Amino acid sequence: MGIVLKGGKILDRKGERSLDVSIGSDGKILDTGKKLEGDTEVDCSGCVITSGLVDLHVHLREPGNEEAETIETGARAGAMGGFTALVAMPNTEPATDCLAVFEQIKTLGKKSSCEIIPSAAMTIGRQGKEMVQMGELVDNGIGIFTDDGTGVQDPQLMRHLMEYSTGLESRLGRPVVLAQHCEVNELAEGGHMHEGEWSSFLGIPGQPSEAEELMVLRDIALSKMTGARIHFQHLSTLGSVQMVREAKAAGLPVTAEATTHHFTLTDSACSCYDPVFKVHPPLRTESDVKAIKEGLADGTIDAIATDHAPHSQHSKEMPFDQAPPGMLGLETALSLSLEHSGLDLPGVLELLSWQPAKIAGIDNRHGMTVEKDNPANLCVVDLDETWTVSGKEMLSRSSNTPYEGWNLRGRVRHTINNGLLVVFDGESNK
Amino acid sequence: MSLDIETPPNLSKHLLGIEGTTREQLELILELTDRFAEIGKRPIPKVPALRGRTVASVFFEDSTRTRLSFESAARRLSADTLTFSAGSSSLSKGESLRDTVEVISSYGADVLIVRHSMAGTPKRVSEWTDACVVNAGDGCHEHPTQALLDCYTLKQQRGSLDGMSIGIVGDIRHSRVARSNVLAFSSLGAKVTLIAPQTLIPPSIEKWPVEVSNVLDDVISDLDACYLLRMQSERHSKGLVPSLREYAKDFGLNGRRCQILPKDALILHPGPTNQGVEITAEVSTDSRSIILDQVTNGVSLRMAVLFMLLGQHETSTQGEV
Repeated sequence: MGIVLKGGKILDRKGERSLDVSIGSDGKILDTGKKLEGDTEVDCSGCVITSGLVDLHVHLREPGNEEAETIETGARAGAMGGFTALVAMPNTEPATDCLAVFEQIKTLGKKSSCEIIPSAAMTIGRQGKEMVQMGELVDNGIGIFTDDGTGVQDPQLMRHLMEYSTGLESRLGRPVVLAQHCEVNELAEGGHMHEGEWSSFLGIPGQPSEAEELMVLRDIALSKMTGARIHFQHLSTLGSVQMVREAKAAGLPVTAEATTHHFTLTDSACSCYDPVFKVHPPLRTESDVKAIKEGLADGTIDAIATDHAPHSQHSKEMPFDQAPPGMLGLETALSLSLEHSGLDLPGVLELLSWQPAKIAGIDNRHGMTVEKDNPANLCVVDLDETWTVSGKEMLSRSSNTPYEGWNLRGRVRHTINNGLLVVFDGESNK
Repeated sequence: MSLDIETPPNLSKHLLGIEGTTREQLELILELTDRFAEIGKRPIPKVPALRGRTVASVFFEDSTRTRLSFESAARRLSADTLTFSAGSSSLSKGESLRDTVEVISSYGADVLIVRHSMAGTPKRVSEWTDACVVNAGDGCHEHPTQALLDCYTLKQQRGSLDGMSIGIVGDIRHSRVARSNVLAFSSLGAKVTLIAPQTLIPPSIEKWPVEVSNVLDDVISDLDACYLLRMQSERHSKGLVPSLREYAKDFGLNGRRCQILPKDALILHPGPTNQGVEITAEVSTDSRSIILDQVTNGVSLRMAVLFMLLGQHETSTQGEV
C-alpha cells in the first residue's frame, strides 16, 4: 500500500464527496473510499482533492536561458502552484522547431515535478517564413504548434499551415492545434504597453488593441476557410473576446485562453515604470478586464493559462523599452483565479484543469475524475489558507512576479504527479 | 551669498516631472530663479552656495545644450561636476541600468542629472541612489526644467501666465517638452491649444486640460504665445507626415503667418531650431521671438533647481573626511 490522502473532500466533474484516496505504486488511483489505510498517510483535512492543474502556456527557458529558469525549476514552481502538466512554449534557444530539441526537452522533463508537454514552433526558427517538419513532429506526438512570442504575420503562410495541419489529424488521432499569439507586428511596432490614456500620460509608446484584434479576425476567417483547429493564446481585449464568442456561436473549431494577469491587472500598473509590469500582449484597461471575466464566465474562453515568463532580475532592471516582456504566473494562478476570476470553485477547476487537459490532448491522464484506475495527477488545495506573495520565496529561478506583497487566499497543500508526492504540506519534495 | 530663503519650495528630493507639483511650488521656483538671474549679470557670475557638492550629468542620450546648461548652472554655484555620457544602448552590452546607477552613485555625486531616451528612467534611477535626481528629459515623457524655464521666460515678458492663450505647435506625440509644458502652463493659469496633424497628437488625451486643432491658420490669430516644437526628420520616414515640405507649409511659422500672429504675441522654441521646417529664418529674428531669452534663463532656472534640492537635503557626503 502506498500513499493515502486522508480526510479531504474530492471535487471533480462528478461533484463533491468526502472520501479518502489511495494511490498505487503504478501511479494510478488504487481506490477511493472511507477510512482507507496506507504506508504514507497524507493529511488533507479541510482541503479539496482535485485533478492537477494544466497550464497551456509556460516558458521554461531551457534550452537557452537557464539563468532565468530550467525545466526542473519551472516544474517545481508549477507543482507548487498545483499543476501536474505544463505545455512548454517553443521560444527556446534554439527554437523547438525540430525533433532534436523536442527530444531534449522531453528527456529533461522526465525527471521533473510536472509532466512537460513540449509544443513546437509553426515555422523554422519562429521566423514566420517556412513551415516546420510538421508531419514528423506529429508522428512523434506533438499536437500543439505555435510561434508564441510572435504571431505568424504572413496570411498566405498561415493559410497553408492551417490547411496542412488538417491533413495530419488522422496521424495524431485528434485535431492538430495551431496556437496563435495574435499581434500584427507593424501595428504594434515600438509599443511597450497598451496604447491609451495611460501610455499617453506616461510617455511610454503604446500598442493598440487593434494590433491583437486584426490577427484574431484574420485567423477566424482562415479557420472558416480551411476548417483548421485554432487556439487563441492570451486574449487580452474586449474586441478579441467578442470575435471569439461569435466564431464559437458560428460553430468554428476555435478555443481560447486568458492569462491570470489579464484579468487581475490593468495598464495603470505601468505608472511606476517598473518593467515587471511589461508583458505581451500588454496589460489593458478596466473594460478589457471586465470583458475577459465575462468570457471566462460564459465559456468563450476555455482555459486560464499563466504565460509564466521568467526573466533574470538584471534583465528587468533596465529602462522600460529594453527590458524583456513577461511575468511569473505558475505559483499565483490558482489563488488569483479563486479570488479574482469571478468563477466559483468548479468553474476555476474547469478552466485550470479539465478543459486545458482536453485542448492539450492529455485528458487521458490529466484533468480526469478522481476515481479508481485513473492516473494519480492530483492537487490538494486548502481554500482558506492565506499567504503573501514574495518573489524571493518562489521556486522559480526568477522572481519577476507582478503580485509582490499581495495577500491571497487559497493555497496548494499537496501535489501528486504520476503517483508521486511532489509537493507535501506546501513544500517541494524535489 | 545671502539668498535669504527661509522656506525653500517643498519639492520632494527629486525633480522628476511637472506632474505632481502644485502651482505654489512652481511659482516659488520661478521667484527663486529671479534671484539667480541677478548673479548671471555680475562681472564674476559665481557664488559659493554649493561648494564641495558634486553634480553629475548622466546622459544616456546626447544633448550638448541641456548638459552645458546644467553644468554652467552647477559651476556658477561652485559645485564640482562629473560627466557620464553613454548611448542608451551601452546598457544592452550586459550591465543593467541599476548596476550603472550604483557605480555612478559610488563616485559620491549629490545630484544626478539624468537624460534618457525612455520614459520613466530618471524615476527608476531615483529608486537606486541616495543622490537627488533631476530629470533632464526622459523619452516622450517630461522635461521639467525646460517647462520651468519656458514659464519663467513668459512670466518675464508678461508678468503672469494667467489667462494667456498658448499654442504648442508640432510633434506633440513624441515630445517631452510638450507634456511638461501642458502641465506647467495650465497649472499657472494659461489656456493651452495643441496644434498638429492628428498623427502627431497623442492618442486618448480627452482628459488633458487642452484644446486640439489640426489647422494652425484657424487658431493662430487668437494666440498670445506660439510655442514651436522641433520637427524631427525621421517622423517623415515613419510615415507620420507626407513630407517635411508639406509639414512646413501647413504648420511652419513663416512670414505670412507672422502677419496673422497678433502683434504682441511671443514666439518660443526649445531649440535647436530646424530652420525652414517649423520656423523660417526671418521669424527667428522677429522682435516677438524670445528664443534666446529661453537659453539665457535656462541657466538661472537650473541654478535655482540645484540650489533648492541641495539646500534642502543634507547628503551623506557632508561631514565626512
